[in-house]
Amino acid sequence: MSLFDHTLTEIHDLLHKKEISIPDLVDESYKRINEVEDKIKAFITLNEENARKQAEELQKKIDTDEAKGLLFGMPIGIKDNIVTKGLRTTSGSQILNNFDPIYDATVMTKLHEAQTITIGKLNMDEFAMGSSTESSSFQATTNPWNTERVPGGSSGGSAAAVAAGEVPFSLGSDTGGSIRQPAAYCGVVGLKPTYGRVSRYGLIAFASSLDQIGPITRSVEDNARLLEAISGVDAFDGTSANIPVDRYSEALTGDVKGLKIAVPKEYLSEGVSEEVRQSVLDALKVLEGLGATWEEVSLPHSKYGLPAYYVLASSEASSNLARFDGIRYGYRAEGAENLIDLYKKTRAEGFGDEVKRRIMLGTFALSSGYYDAYYKKAQKARTLIKKDFEDVFEKYDVIIGPTTPTPAFKIGDNIDDPLTMYANDILTIPVNLAGVPGISVPCGFSDGMPLGLQIIGKHFDEKTIYRTAYAYEQATNFHQQKPSL
Amino acid sequence: MSRISEEQVRHVAHLARLAVTDEEVERFTAQLDSIIEFAEQLNELDTENVKPTAHVLDMKNVLREDKSAPGLPREEVLKNAPDHENGQIKVPSIIE
Repeated sequence: MSLFDHTLTEIHDLLHKKEISIPDLVDESYKRINEVEDKIKAFITLNEENARKQAEELQKKIDTDEAKGLLFGMPIGIKDNIVTKGLRTTSGSQILNNFDPIYDATVMTKLHEAQTITIGKLNMDEFAMGSSTESSSFQATTNPWNTERVPGGSSGGSAAAVAAGEVPFSLGSDTGGSIRQPAAYCGVVGLKPTYGRVSRYGLIAFASSLDQIGPITRSVEDNARLLEAISGVDAFDGTSANIPVDRYSEALTGDVKGLKIAVPKEYLSEGVSEEVRQSVLDALKVLEGLGATWEEVSLPHSKYGLPAYYVLASSEASSNLARFDGIRYGYRAEGAENLIDLYKKTRAEGFGDEVKRRIMLGTFALSSGYYDAYYKKAQKARTLIKKDFEDVFEKYDVIIGPTTPTPAFKIGDNIDDPLTMYANDILTIPVNLAGVPGISVPCGFSDGMPLGLQIIGKHFDEKTIYRTAYAYEQATNFHQQKPSL
Repeated sequence: MSRISEEQVRHVAHLARLAVTDEEVERFTAQLDSIIEFAEQLNELDTENVKPTAHVLDMKNVLREDKSAPGLPREEVLKNAPDHENGQIKVPSIIE
């Protein structure tokens, strides 16, 4: 039994009953990292010396008012595209291999106020472009349930570290499924908030109109509590929404009587494995048993999500990643003849193949003569996809389907074929395009690998998602199963 | 018919400031061609009267008070620069 098998609230109580100390919690993290990290490879950078020092200092304050906050002294892992002042941040790329941020992301400022302890920075696909963590320029993270399989991506390190018990919870980021897909593959809980719910200030931008930071945890309860801590409007992010943050933990009632669930037929059709389909139908039975009702609906433009996403996300990325030029920070190539040559060499040596592919696709889609045919067309498709969700949400409270069409695949299986790799995100991408929130919760196993149930809500209605997810989780025991490592 | 030629890939790589080898041009051309072909599914959609979506929330003109605040200290800003001299970031000469 690990201390991290407890919920946040339970750990908080243990701390205040003095049954455990904050240094014990930090020790639990690093002890576990020492045991399993050579197999899991979830971390790019560890923060051990600072974390242990901070733990000692916080323990001295355990009897003060400061320590009453639920997150006080809690160890956490942070995806490596979230900038952390004074702690190396790479975004999984060689171009930022030696980058030492001079400011904190807003989510980090919030976590510092809550007095959490950063254990380390978590591995990810380079610049969050990928679905397996194999495109990290440092290492491929493995899946704790079977180390020959991928943990998913791009927040693969964030999901694997939580599943392996290296940290009790972590932050990830989700542009097309990068929190929910690895959460599903690793058997943990991951939420992508409504676009604008969490500040993106200090999140190294991939596709600014789609990116959101969100929590990855072992339980729905912890997830709700962590989201409460990181949400809210931020003067440093003009796209953060000036809408009050709900008390998500108050939604954890277990009551879903009268809840109206929509199940898109497109999410249970072709490409979705029989076991995944069955796990979703079983989950719907559980929710029905608790008093919810469900009906089949259609999101007719679902299949256009993937092509629209790759045009839009790559276009935004081609612009966002222009800043990596070897001048102000990051890697700079040697032996350049002039400035243009310096840019070209720096970027050719600093970026990996997947990043280059997407930058070129985006540059192409935005270039003169192709803009209307590709970029504008994709933006129009986005309008249709968004409308699909709006239409369904006029009559239903949540949409439920699988998070991924299949369980985690083997490392190396899809690496040479970008399009097959992209297809992993077919059920999560429309959610980002519409800007609505979605969660993945464990809902079964296939071939020994975890499966995820995706629950999608209306804009800023994370509360109903958590209510549904919590009721389902409490009625099942999938979240209690742990990988044997 | 191919959707993108090797010549176009070289042009796009130049616009994106990426040095590419002949081998990369060949590989990226084939891969980008199949991705673009995939994206052309979007042509099945009738979007004649559809407005494009750039942003999902109904927000515009987010303004704040124009208040001055201290900038970042120079030594901090230079900390990550690969090359600097006399408090300024150094680049190769831009003028012949």
